[in-house]
Amino acid sequence: MTSKELMHRSEVAVSVELETPDMTLNIGPQHPSTHGVLRLIAKVDGERITEVEPVIGYMHRGYEKLSEVRTYLQITALVNRIDWVSGFANEVPFILGVEKLMGVEAPERAQWIRLILSELFRISSHLVFMSSYPLELGATTPLMYVLREREHILELIEGVTGGRFHPNFNRVGGIKPNYGGGKQTKTQSMDLPAGFFKATLKAMDSIDQICDDIDTLVTGNELIRARTVDVGVIPADKAIEYGMSGPNLRASGVAYDLRKVENYLPYDQLDFDVISRPGGDCYDRYIVRLLEIRESAKIVRQAIDMIPVGPLQAKVPRVLKVPSGQVYSRAENPKGEFGYYIVSEGGKMPYRLKIRSTSFSNLTILPWILKGQLIPDLVAIMGSLDFVLGDVDR
Amino acid sequence: MSKNIDFPFPGLFKGMGLTLKAMFTKAPVTMYPDEKEIPVPRARGVISLDAEACTVCMLCARECPDWCIYIEGHKEAQEPAKPGGRIKTKNELDRFDIDYSLCMYCGICVEVCPFDALFWTPEYEYGEESISNLLHNQERLVDWLQTVPEPPALES
Amino acid sequence: MSFLLELGIKVILMLAVVLTAALVTIYAELKAGSHMQTRIGPYYAGGKWGWAQPLADGAKFIQKEDLAPAKADRTVFGFAPYVVMMSTLAVFAVIPMGPDIVATNLDLGVYFILAISSLSVLGVLMAGWSSANKYSLIGGLRAAAQLIAYELPLVLAVVAVVVQAGTMSMNGIVEAQQATLFTIGGVEVALPYILSGQIIGFTIFMIAAVAELSRIPFDMPIAESELTMGYLTEYSGIRFTMFFLGEYASLVALSAIATTLYLGGYAVPFLPESMENFAGPGIFLIKVSFLVFLIIWIRWTWPRLREDQLQSMAWRWLIPLALFNIALISVFKVVL
Repeated sequence: MTSKELMHRSEVAVSVELETPDMTLNIGPQHPSTHGVLRLIAKVDGERITEVEPVIGYMHRGYEKLSEVRTYLQITALVNRIDWVSGFANEVPFILGVEKLMGVEAPERAQWIRLILSELFRISSHLVFMSSYPLELGATTPLMYVLREREHILELIEGVTGGRFHPNFNRVGGIKPNYGGGKQTKTQSMDLPAGFFKATLKAMDSIDQICDDIDTLVTGNELIRARTVDVGVIPADKAIEYGMSGPNLRASGVAYDLRKVENYLPYDQLDFDVISRPGGDCYDRYIVRLLEIRESAKIVRQAIDMIPVGPLQAKVPRVLKVPSGQVYSRAENPKGEFGYYIVSEGGKMPYRLKIRSTSFSNLTILPWILKGQLIPDLVAIMGSLDFVLGDVDR
Repeated sequence: MSKNIDFPFPGLFKGMGLTLKAMFTKAPVTMYPDEKEIPVPRARGVISLDAEACTVCMLCARECPDWCIYIEGHKEAQEPAKPGGRIKTKNELDRFDIDYSLCMYCGICVEVCPFDALFWTPEYEYGEESISNLLHNQERLVDWLQTVPEPPALES
Repeated sequence: MSFLLELGIKVILMLAVVLTAALVTIYAELKAGSHMQTRIGPYYAGGKWGWAQPLADGAKFIQKEDLAPAKADRTVFGFAPYVVMMSTLAVFAVIPMGPDIVATNLDLGVYFILAISSLSVLGVLMAGWSSANKYSLIGGLRAAAQLIAYELPLVLAVVAVVVQAGTMSMNGIVEAQQATLFTIGGVEVALPYILSGQIIGFTIFMIAAVAELSRIPFDMPIAESELTMGYLTEYSGIRFTMFFLGEYASLVALSAIATTLYLGGYAVPFLPESMENFAGPGIFLIKVSFLVFLIIWIRWTWPRLREDQLQSMAWRWLIPLALFNIALISVFKVVL
């Protein structure tokens, strides 16, 4: 006999089963903390989330398909728009893969310039996290301080490559050697501009300074700790299971960094630590990124000391044809492992380009980690995963 | 309250000190339109055209990843250099438009041009109220040629 | 003077003072916040330092279309901002700016303030419910939950002041703070309550006041990164302006209450009583603007807490502390 029938039979019967149906809360695609156009269909019981289903694809730009009808030179310009806060870091694995297929190797100086720019982009990307994460927790001021310092980094990048976000500076066999192909522009070298080293060292000092300021303003703030410590704990085995990488994985206690594992760019000649923290909560993910900024500044300082003089471009044919074959090439993007699976059939364009983007793999844990969390914690957890929607949808 | 929180909340007050200090320091702000920012020489602001150098070879238009360059030209017979010599034809440029609403500022056109006809310039003040007005024609592109800077000195 | 005429003058004066204060506070927030963020903030409006920015914003809001969602309960939706505004304005009626500069000197002034200022939450709840938006609903419910959590410590903190002053009239409390506390070498020293035993009460009052204002670190009902804009999500145009003005007016109101209760109101030590009607409003405004700045400063520095953390803080720390404070003050009062 159900309680409803009981109610009808007797006047004194009381329904003890209070129906509290879950409310479906549609978070996104336009929502301040979904970093663009991620949509989450959340079932909430009060403020507690019982189930969440991420819906992606609102920013799908079809880069994989597009790459099949673009030359390798054009693809370089495309791929630095995948994860737009770390454009250069997206180019590196692609170019390395093509170089592997063609059997050419970039000259020493080009490799070092790639390394320096990659680290500058890592700092810039992590600084964006440092600014947006407190913003999601309600602190508006770190945003301004951090973006102010990021401007120095972007100016350096612009000084070298001409672009602030989309450098398009890698070429197969090195980096962009000169301004153009004409008589006059051929002689104008795209090597590092004068004063770059001095300006970079100065910028690194200001980066250390802003890290101290972040420590005062954010890390030391008890409210931030109350919001992030022990929130959204991802154990190491779960992180590996869901294919997470980069700072998110290292915050779960797995010291796995492709810069140490994969043999690419002269990282093996540098002395730097792989930052990892055992906790796996939002606070640790934040701390890992903060420490990585300092570590990257250290790498840049060392690289400036060690960079050799030499040509920027190895000899490659003028019309770029890649011999048939396939290669998977990966590198440590600021957000984690970024890889390209390139299949070539010998033409001017790849037959197939599969992009293994970082944020997509890092986001797959969302349904698991958000189950049973509160709505405010949803924001804290999503922010701590540091994803870029362009990187998720490509 | 979380476990690792110190009681008198020193972090909160240190943070307030930092913001108060920031309040009395000068804001590092460039007051654009009153003050202008000077971009670096390599900045990819806008593409300028040297119409004299262009031979209508269409390489830039073909290599452009999003086909935002529109070129039209015609062949023109030229007076022979020596009397009685062979009559040569020369390609004359009729139209060279770049649609900056499509352009993604990758610089491939500048890079592939074999005749030094295209240059980057850091000029950035060409905003328009309507997106269709961003299609800039040859005259505008040639005007920008004046603003092309010398390449910077190199780090030795 | 007829009663109605007097009332009319008082209402118009009060409105002018309160709305000006709210606009000045908005400007202060824009400007102070910008400089704390190493920005410049308003710059062009009004010629110098962008002083006319709040007016320009107001003009812009008024021009905007007054939209209401199709499924909204239009009556309640339209009425909610005025409830919030009304409760804020009513608070000012009993706040004294000088011994005689007060709209009404109620004997139960404190009681009136506590009762009327809680009404704004009703408006917020109305806004949250009638918007037919889930974010608004959550925001409104959070505000209601917050009301229960912070109203108790607020009241208990004020009870301690009432015990110490022995009166519930706002003027009476200010006068009680001018009573001689002790004499050093023939000089009679009178101290505001914050310096004579109410420091705990003042802290609790300010925390609860910030929670009542739902400003950072307790802005969970709005929480733009979680609930887009909480109960304000669906509001636009003139109604949004009402909420906005109401928010800043109540920021001034609560600072004014705290000034009266803890900082000695219009009085300062050693100021002769004959000067008070003349210098009172100035002194009062200086004290109020200090508290307003403190709240603005906090807003531009700290992040926000979580709703359950606020509840746990209120019930586990603030309320016991406030009760302890009452006991302390009572003992203090009886012994001395």
